[in-house]
Amino acid sequence: MSGSSAAVEPALGAQILALLVEIAPDVDPAAVRPAEDFRRQFDFDSMDVFSFATALHAKFGLDIPERDYRQLASLEKCAAYVAAKLGDRHAPPAALKS
Amino acid sequence: MPSLGADMEAGTLVEWRVQPGAHVHRGDVMALVDTEKGIIDIESFEEGMVERLIVQPGARVPVGAILALFEGEPTKLAPPQSAARAQRVSPAARARAAQLGIDPQTLKGTGPQGVVTLQDIEQAPAGQGPPPSPAAGRAGIRNAIAVSMSRSKREIPHYYLQLTMDLRPALDWLEQFNASRPVPERLLLAALFNKATARAAAEKPGFNGYYGKAGFEAAKSVHLGVAIALRGGGLVAPAIHEADQKTLPVLMRELQDLVMRVRAGHMRSSEISSATITVTSLGDEGVDVVYPIIHPPQVAIVGFGSVVERPWAIDGRIEPRPLVSVTLAADHRVTDGRLGAQFLARIRDFLTRPEDL
Repeated sequence: MSGSSAAVEPALGAQILALLVEIAPDVDPAAVRPAEDFRRQFDFDSMDVFSFATALHAKFGLDIPERDYRQLASLEKCAAYVAAKLGDRHAPPAALKS
Repeated sequence: MPSLGADMEAGTLVEWRVQPGAHVHRGDVMALVDTEKGIIDIESFEEGMVERLIVQPGARVPVGAILALFEGEPTKLAPPQSAARAQRVSPAARARAAQLGIDPQTLKGTGPQGVVTLQDIEQAPAGQGPPPSPAAGRAGIRNAIAVSMSRSKREIPHYYLQLTMDLRPALDWLEQFNASRPVPERLLLAALFNKATARAAAEKPGFNGYYGKAGFEAAKSVHLGVAIALRGGGLVAPAIHEADQKTLPVLMRELQDLVMRVRAGHMRSSEISSATITVTSLGDEGVDVVYPIIHPPQVAIVGFGSVVERPWAIDGRIEPRPLVSVTLAADHRVTDGRLGAQFLARIRDFLTRPEDL
């Protein structure tokens, strides 16, 4: 069930893993399978997902709407989501292009 | 060694977090103690300078034993009851204790003149011995659950009521509340469930308190026990103090903090034994209804199932609505079904007007 396009960028992946362990200290970071949902791997519940989103918000300064929580479901998905969000922020706003 | 629950007889000192000469305040963590419920942060009951540490890490000592001395408390140098005084044990209890590998000297007897009885042995937590490994800790939690739930099923005449509630108002309100706020300030539905239950418990004292030797005693505050599942099995239900008095955002932050600390193995002694009523929620697991078991000496527990969209008749029409089944298990020695029905109806009222929570 891979199907996911990009491998996780190592530096970003390490930052995300560090956040994961911060909010779920009983998870072994070495055991994380990047493509598999946290819910399946670690019995993540809604509180874990919320805490994870809180940590990502604090670390990267991202606004993460509730409807996007599902895009944080695995390490791969989460890395792709964060990378895209950070990329958006660094790109010049469309209105300024002429 | 403080008592961290009615079932606790002894605890193993894992680690000191203070040294002689340290100045501690009330609530500071002084030591880590391993119990059947996992490792607990033991908070200081008083303020002062630590003079001497009496118990060494790895030692298992009974509830009531002196762990450390504060400076300027000479009276405490002479323990009120010599710890060395031998416990009286009934012969049947002694034989059973040997079979089970339990040291009856670590138990508090409930028989005549404090004799340790066969029942005391049967109810005693097993697994005494060397300091526990994580696996042993997990077995300890399983054992603590077994002891507490067996006692509940043996002693408490439960009755059960169930009420299905339309959560449309609560979910609409929650969505609007969260939409305008950054992640850390948002709420989960669990915070609404907890607050609604705590407020209903404050109004209906027959569901909030303890059943002891002298019968039921209503609690003055609502300390809401929250059942938290541990990854890989096991369950603990520490308390959020005065939950009915706290705002939803405060309740949410405390719940989040509690879940993280419990799973990291850092419960505080003040949280572990003080719950006056408990909430358990299995909504994330997809079950419709939970039939919970009361956690003695409490007298009620409220269970929330999953929120599911189902047909619901409203004003003569059928509409899809997000529904949840809420269950009350209560102690028939204290309340009856009619009062229980009113209690559940109050929870529904609060969830129907979440803006007033």
